Amino acid sequence: MKISLFITCYNDTLFPETGKAVVRVLERLGHSVEFRAEQTCCGQMHLNTGYRKEALPLMRRLVEVFETADVICSPSSSCVAMIREHYAQLANEAGSAALCDRVQSLIPRVLEFTELLVDKLGVTETGAFYPHKVTYHPSCHSLRTLCLGDKPIRLLKAVRGLRYVELPQADQCCGFGGTFSIKNPDVSAAMLADKMQAVASTGAEVCAACDNSCLMHIYGGLHRQRQPVRVAHIAEILASEEPK
Amino acid sequence: MSIRVGAAAQAPPFPTAAKSAIEDTQLRQNVRHATDVIRAKRAMLVAEKQDWQQLRTAASRIKEHTMRHLGSYLVQFEESCVRAGGKVYWAADADEANRMITGIIQSHGVTEVIKVKTMTSDETQLNAALESSGITPYETDLADLIVQLGADHPSHIVVPALHKNRMQIRRIFLEKMHLETLGHEPKDLAEAARRYLREKFLRVPIGISGANFAIAENGSVCIVESEGNARMCLTLPKVLISLIGIEKVIPRFRDLEVFLQILARSATGERMSPYSSIWSGVSNDDGPREFHVVLLDNGRTKVLSDETARQTLHCIRCGACLNACPVYRQTGGHAYGSIYSGPIGAILTPQLQSMQHSQTLPFASSLCGACYEVCPVKINIPEVLVHLRGKVVDQGDSPVAEKVAMKTAAFALAGPKRLEAAQTFARLAQTPFLSDGVMKSLPGMLAGWSSVRDLMPVPSQSFRDWWRQRK
Repeated sequence: MKISLFITCYNDTLFPETGKAVVRVLERLGHSVEFRAEQTCCGQMHLNTGYRKEALPLMRRLVEVFETADVICSPSSSCVAMIREHYAQLANEAGSAALCDRVQSLIPRVLEFTELLVDKLGVTETGAFYPHKVTYHPSCHSLRTLCLGDKPIRLLKAVRGLRYVELPQADQCCGFGGTFSIKNPDVSAAMLADKMQAVASTGAEVCAACDNSCLMHIYGGLHRQRQPVRVAHIAEILASEEPK
Repeated sequence: MSIRVGAAAQAPPFPTAAKSAIEDTQLRQNVRHATDVIRAKRAMLVAEKQDWQQLRTAASRIKEHTMRHLGSYLVQFEESCVRAGGKVYWAADADEANRMITGIIQSHGVTEVIKVKTMTSDETQLNAALESSGITPYETDLADLIVQLGADHPSHIVVPALHKNRMQIRRIFLEKMHLETLGHEPKDLAEAARRYLREKFLRVPIGISGANFAIAENGSVCIVESEGNARMCLTLPKVLISLIGIEKVIPRFRDLEVFLQILARSATGERMSPYSSIWSGVSNDDGPREFHVVLLDNGRTKVLSDETARQTLHCIRCGACLNACPVYRQTGGHAYGSIYSGPIGAILTPQLQSMQHSQTLPFASSLCGACYEVCPVKINIPEVLVHLRGKVVDQGDSPVAEKVAMKTAAFALAGPKRLEAAQTFARLAQTPFLSDGVMKSLPGMLAGWSSVRDLMPVPSQSFRDWWRQRK
């Protein structure tokens, strides 16, 4: 299958390893990956902060760039959620019937990375090897908007060498929320403290998620406190192989 | 018009109020404990309902239908209520409602009233208005009584004194009820309140209530409660005045079937509220001889005119969104500066005030969606929050630094060349902030972020650059 990668702006800039990992996993499973260089951002940050006018051209660009792609994969629940939850309304506000149609055609073609693997490709065994104790933080968008359920956990449990430990109060937000953590830093920090305590209580070496934004936040707190837990996007875990 | 939601217009911005709330460890402990208990009970009782999602859908549809025809249902309610012997008044704003209620009380030459828990009266600041006219209001809901005696403010929609623990309540009772001794057990506190309140129930001739539902087809009003104190206020006084927000009307008696199933489960984690009082007008041989209904607008019709946000008016005040909210869990209700706290408060308070005050409230959420998930009438609170954030920005009320940052980001993301230039710039610009491979102290808007979190650096190669070289 030919899969078009929507890397997202912050993964492109801050977490290139996640993008490389997605490519590695999909190619290992026998698929071909393309990257359309004209892509930039889905507009989530602007829309969620109230800058709808600024979000609109970003949406137009994304719709345009992926117009001809059959399957689009993104290693970010929140960006996929943006497309699925808000694009139709945003297109509607723009008052263009043509744009609404193009958005409607785009939405079912965009899949979050673990959705693509489990639902579209029917894979839970990715051939990965990762000899570490791992816990999983279900980001709010993966949990409540995309309803990924246990798909990421099934993928993790199928990894050789990986010991999965459940995260207590997993459904609690880590407190990132994009610009929320900047506009309400104290509340966000208090939420993060709860999440860090939950992560630490598992004794895991690694905290995984389907969103690098949450992981950046959780890492930020853990690193400041010099906690020994690392963070890793699920794609990076699924990409790792046994040394030959 | 003087539309207000209590003193919300004078409240400090949410981030400021939240900061002091977070520093109060006793408060946070109380809020955590109480919300954890209610959440667990709710989750258990919702799980046993096979048709929970259908009930949510039904409730949402009934509310949607009612709001679309609100004008005619209100007129129908008025006709039915008058036919049953009630009197109906229409109040455009808080002051008008308070004047009407004060007028009714004064026409009876009475100087004391007993009150059922009613948030709408907190919205209009009725108690202060009554006191300034020489009328003493007594709150009779146990939690509202604690709040009133402690000269405090409610911090939760259903459990107004949730921020106080048993020991704190005991101190308030000892002092304000002028008791010499008082035990520490819940039953001791309940007994003290019972003695204090019974005397009022038997003596005071006018009762004031709100309403959970006002039924258009027969003019009935419904109140659900746990203590039986509302039942006392609704049946013992000679005169009953109900202050009802216009969104509380539902079309038919049989619609209660849906709402009574979802309300108690969502609010207190009970299958059914211990007391559901439903009355229609007056009857000659039982209960109040006079029944007055004051229908309150106070900004609601304005909310109704906004297609995306009007779902806010579907709220049945169960408080489930507060208990589920990770922000509320950290701050409690006072930080929201309004009687309506938590996620629903964050969308209701600013809208009632025509987006002129409380503009930090729509941003008081990480948009995690836990509120929407538990809402028994399916109000998409995150959707409304984002919609209201758009209004704040469109009004030009967002901070200047944020505007600049957002415009700059929009410019940089407008094409891949600009994005790559921005990535290169970020790599260079971060250098002075790097220490031990991370950023530990950032300037301006990011200072709060970096006060407790390290920021990963921008790596030397972007994904797109790697992809290009790979090919």
